[in-house]
Amino acid sequence: MQKLEVIITGFGGQGIVLAGRILGQAASLGDHKESTLIQSYGPESRGGACSAQVIISDGTINYPYVRQPDILAAMSQAGFDKFVNDVRPEGFILIDQDMVKVKGLERDYFAVPSTRMAEELGRKMMANIIMIGFITAVTQSTSLEATRQTVSASVPKGTEEMNIKAFNKGYDYGLSLLKARDKKASGQAGALA
Amino acid sequence: MRPAVLTGEHYMTGDVACAEGALAAGCLFFGGYPITPATEVAERMAHRLPEIGGTYIQMEDEIAAMASIIGASCAGAKSMTSTSGPGFSLMMENLGLAVITETPCVVVNVQRAGPSTGLPTQGAQGDMMQARWGSHGDYEIIAMSPASAQEIFYLTIEAFNLAEKYRTPVLIMTDEVIGHMSERVIIPKAREIKTVERVKAKGRKDRFRPYAAGDLGVPPMANAGDGYKIHVTGLTHDEMGYPAMTVEAQYAMMDRLVGKIRNNVKDIIRYEEFMTEDADFIIISYGVSARTGWAAVEEARARGMKVGMLRLITVWPFAEDKIRELAARVKGMVTVEINLGQVHLEVERCVAGRVPVRLVGHPGGTLISPDTVIQTIKQEFGV
Repeated sequence: MQKLEVIITGFGGQGIVLAGRILGQAASLGDHKESTLIQSYGPESRGGACSAQVIISDGTINYPYVRQPDILAAMSQAGFDKFVNDVRPEGFILIDQDMVKVKGLERDYFAVPSTRMAEELGRKMMANIIMIGFITAVTQSTSLEATRQTVSASVPKGTEEMNIKAFNKGYDYGLSLLKARDKKASGQAGALA
Repeated sequence: MRPAVLTGEHYMTGDVACAEGALAAGCLFFGGYPITPATEVAERMAHRLPEIGGTYIQMEDEIAAMASIIGASCAGAKSMTSTSGPGFSLMMENLGLAVITETPCVVVNVQRAGPSTGLPTQGAQGDMMQARWGSHGDYEIIAMSPASAQEIFYLTIEAFNLAEKYRTPVLIMTDEVIGHMSERVIIPKAREIKTVERVKAKGRKDRFRPYAAGDLGVPPMANAGDGYKIHVTGLTHDEMGYPAMTVEAQYAMMDRLVGKIRNNVKDIIRYEEFMTEDADFIIISYGVSARTGWAAVEEARARGMKVGMLRLITVWPFAEDKIRELAARVKGMVTVEINLGQVHLEVERCVAGRVPVRLVGHPGGTLISPDTVIQTIKQEFGV
């Protein structure tokens, strides 16, 4: 049984739960897999630690808490520090590079300036949607089409176009990052051969 | 305008699925007071009831919220409220009023860790005994505990059906994790949903005896305003509904009130067995903790341990006979619940020392891990 455990973390107000919901819903209604979304937050409405735990599976999901994440997407330092050591060795660590410093992390990770890119698009609050695009490109946790459609269906009416633009920006950034790495890897292989 | 039954495939939280279940069951009145983690039930009802011609009222507190749904039900509307621990405490007095006046209604408790205001945004199952005995006096109550968003949709319909059939308040004892967790929910077509309506008063209006036993011990009910002579009181009353301050009246009323539930437990109690046929050890669980239980059974089986689970869907009345039957053929049991031992006491009572019974409990704020359950079975029973 294929099972994928995802944690998206940040602070209240960044749209962490919405990001988790988009991923979970895209997996469930779009890709026709099983999925659960757990939202954890404190009593304060903004600024407190916040995380979304998404499990995507081919089969029934009994225990809905993430035990060992395959994917960690961190949009705050506190969230990164809390979960980074739990990520599976072969898993993905994704960060917003302006919000998170990796400090001596001895493994591979993927960075995107999602908050800065959202500011450039004119709305800082779309950083979560850029991150969703980035997660989709780098990890392929959900299909491109299902995720894009779910973004469109999940944002306030009248903002769909703007959010799809943000999603595409994150997705394209992820793709070009992967391409650059492939190139580098094959270049190295060529040099060694 | 959306219809009452939102047929289709959805990705929704347990709280929203609960509200949709209520609407599918025919609920037309919600009186509530917001509280984390139950607010989303009220929020959904506030959006949805006006769309289908129903009424949503935010009351001044939970005492009034409970009173309002009793009043609405007396007027003939299927009614519901939702709350969490602190509000559930305030509802206890009027819950007793619904019991003694035999007013059908549904009360949803999305449990969070207590006591008092506790951990508002984190789940627990610490109100299970309050659900059983929280209002004063002797009584029977029906309480159901869903394990998923899909199940809370169906159990809320069931809760309304049982409330109408037995003229009693029915409790949905869910928790923050189920309430706030999003999952796929499939809502069927309206005609595929079975709903039950209370038996209505018939015959001469001046001869109506509003508390005379009908089928199953349940009196037919007249709506306020239908023209039947009715009297509704929290005092001990006779078949006419008039206060009767005698031992005989108390005896007759209580015999029927308690009897209509106790004599029909076979119809009311629902449970589900998972890999119990050949099990040496049984997990007893309910609600969100049953998800820990399912995972623990699967992981234990993968390690060659013969573990099964009895999942209580109706927690009250308690599935006594089933637990006694299991106790006669297994080597041990564990109760898995997010409190420090509530339903566990009932399991111990029913097992009555035939086999060892252990609690895997937790004071709340998180789910119990399947590993803890397996470790307990290993340590306590030496497997």
